[in-house]
Amino acid sequence: MLHGFYLFKRVRSQKILLKGVLIRMHIPDGYLSPVTALPIAAVMVPIIGIAVKKVQTTMKKKQAPLLAIGAAFSFLIMMFNLPIPGGSSAHAVGAVLIAILLGPWAATVAVTVALIIQAMIFGDGGIITLGANCFNIAFLMSFGGYYSYRLIKAKADASSIRGLVAAACGGYIGINLAALSTAVMFGMQYHWFQGPDGTPLYFMYPLKVALTVMMGEHLLFAGPVESAFTVLGVLFVARTYPEMIGSSAIKTGKTKGVMANV
Amino acid sequence: MFKHYRKLWRGMLALLLLTPLGLLATGTAFGEWGTEQLTEEVGILPSGLAALADTWNYAILADYAIPGAEGTVGAVLGYMASGLVGIALVVAAIMWLSRIIED
Repeated sequence: MLHGFYLFKRVRSQKILLKGVLIRMHIPDGYLSPVTALPIAAVMVPIIGIAVKKVQTTMKKKQAPLLAIGAAFSFLIMMFNLPIPGGSSAHAVGAVLIAILLGPWAATVAVTVALIIQAMIFGDGGIITLGANCFNIAFLMSFGGYYSYRLIKAKADASSIRGLVAAACGGYIGINLAALSTAVMFGMQYHWFQGPDGTPLYFMYPLKVALTVMMGEHLLFAGPVESAFTVLGVLFVARTYPEMIGSSAIKTGKTKGVMANV
Repeated sequence: MFKHYRKLWRGMLALLLLTPLGLLATGTAFGEWGTEQLTEEVGILPSGLAALADTWNYAILADYAIPGAEGTVGAVLGYMASGLVGIALVVAAIMWLSRIIED
């Protein structure tokens, strides 16, 4: 059923757009009707407002570099395209790692900033679709991944085996939630917006196809890589900045609230 | 800014140096794509999509490449430069945003 789908990433030239099907997490302009994209953007604006407010009230000024590092990390991680059999590619995001270390609101802010820069400077993801991309990749992924992590970790230490398993699951669930939401946005275009002669106006394949392609890529490839990045990130921080991660450190007040309450 | 989180920045530098690995995937995608196959199998350009596709034309480093820098070396350098510019802008944006944090 997937025969004949050519999935390119970061291809903006009109010539290739004419021929190639672009389906990926960063929705480009043109793939969503403004009727879909703009209301989602309208929902995303207050979410970012709340996120900034939460960060503002719970983070100390000297911790701002951590948020900047988180955003830079996410930006870089998204540059690591994974080759996927069939000529497609996908990438991890890093949102869940940031959410584990700094909290889901901070992760939402960090990834949103990365996505805005990607869209404006690098043409990666559209401008009309920016709100939708932020909703899926920054908000849904950070929160979905973070609360899965918390649920699985329960009271275990972040760097214990259980904590690391929870981090892996959080990364996996988070990125797949984002992929699922993206696929639904793509696929519904086909069913909702057709010209009088029945030709699709925006995304040109049905929901079933969008789901199969998107979820196949992320359940099998990007998901495990996101898990790996999340676990390695937790281990790296646990080794280099243990005060950011250990629950014992929080009790002694050493972290001054860096951890997971932002 | 850099001093206390030196080790994190060092990790970031390592990631930056490794980013060209991300080009491998694009290479695969381009390599596996035969034009005649494409024309016969994906032949439509939805009109709504065509109308909106070029909404934003100000992406100065479109596709994470330096305009005009060609070949493998150009692509690798362009990709790493894009990573560096991206980090710089993201960090600048967050630090600007953090002015509103009271301490």
